[in-house]
Amino acid sequence: MKKIIHLLKLGWTILSKPAVHLSLGFLTISGFIAGVIFWGGFNTAMELTNTEEFCTSCHEMRDNPFMELQTTIHYSNRSGVRAICSDCHVPHNWTDKIARKMQASKEVWGKIFGTIDTREKFEGHRLQLAQNEWTRLKANDSLECRNCHQFDSMDFTRQSKRAAAQHSSALANGEKTCIDCHKGIAHKLPNMEGVREGTSPH
Amino acid sequence: MKALSLKNVSTLCMTAALAVSSVMMPSIASAADAVIDNAPQVSTLRGVAPLNAEPTPPMIEKVENNDLKRQRDYPQQPPTIPHDISKYQLDKNFNKCMDCHSRKFADEAQAPAVSVTHYMNRDGDFLGEVSPRRYFCTQCHVHQLESKPLVENEFVDMEKLIRKSHKQAK
Repeated sequence: MKKIIHLLKLGWTILSKPAVHLSLGFLTISGFIAGVIFWGGFNTAMELTNTEEFCTSCHEMRDNPFMELQTTIHYSNRSGVRAICSDCHVPHNWTDKIARKMQASKEVWGKIFGTIDTREKFEGHRLQLAQNEWTRLKANDSLECRNCHQFDSMDFTRQSKRAAAQHSSALANGEKTCIDCHKGIAHKLPNMEGVREGTSPH
Repeated sequence: MKALSLKNVSTLCMTAALAVSSVMMPSIASAADAVIDNAPQVSTLRGVAPLNAEPTPPMIEKVENNDLKRQRDYPQQPPTIPHDISKYQLDKNFNKCMDCHSRKFADEAQAPAVSVTHYMNRDGDFLGEVSPRRYFCTQCHVHQLESKPLVENEFVDMEKLIRKSHKQAK
């Protein structure tokens, strides 16, 4: 213990002294370059964890949510625009993204201990997993939907009567947000007992 | 008789085949072929492609989506669905239809609530939930396509028949 404290003190005395041999210019410039490399590397690594290849590299994601996504309009449609996992599940804003990535450490834990490593276990956790996402989207006013779907650019005359009626009332006055009605558009819904009464068998 | 019309030929074949079929089973196949050859060009859902070939899928038809109720052809007819239901989840976990058509949500969606018969079991008792035998909506209720009918519809409304028989009685 004493040795460690001694080492720490030694380190502090070295750090607190001005540089003897290195010029201030060298230190500033090399510090700047190192910073850029570190920052760039950090962001690149983080962006790597935002790719579809990364998300579907685990069988849990590849065999369950990714399979279900492929039958939906967010994967295949007439104009070829598509959303990947992170478009909906990771905030685009940097600070929010970091917060989400820190939360995701729990998912690493789940991966290591095989929380959802079989189809049965995944089905068992489906409601809880879905509820996490609904809560998040409800809290941020469906931010990830709105990254692509702009309310101001919606042409109600091009929507069906029902859609236009809902969007121009409940959505327009902020009473509801996208996720309130559009649950289960990219993945299958679990038994909704207790969430939406009367829509699931007992 | 210079030339038999195609129809006559096939009818003859069919009659002959039917006559023989009681004795010889394989003739049924030729009888069926004759009937198919003579039928108007209505193909199966799979199309006319041979069994060992992959047919080109047809264009997706436009689904009626005007929210206007259609007239029912007879009193017991399950109403048709006047809107698009593509990709609606309807499985053992979730029923998307009931998301709007259940009694609880019919007001916010302004959708017709399913009738009380959907809550009755086969003995006529009312259940608290939709009866399992009525759970899968699309068994009876179907959406409509905005396409030209393949064959003419000769359905006669029950009321018309009754009126006709009344007139004849007079």
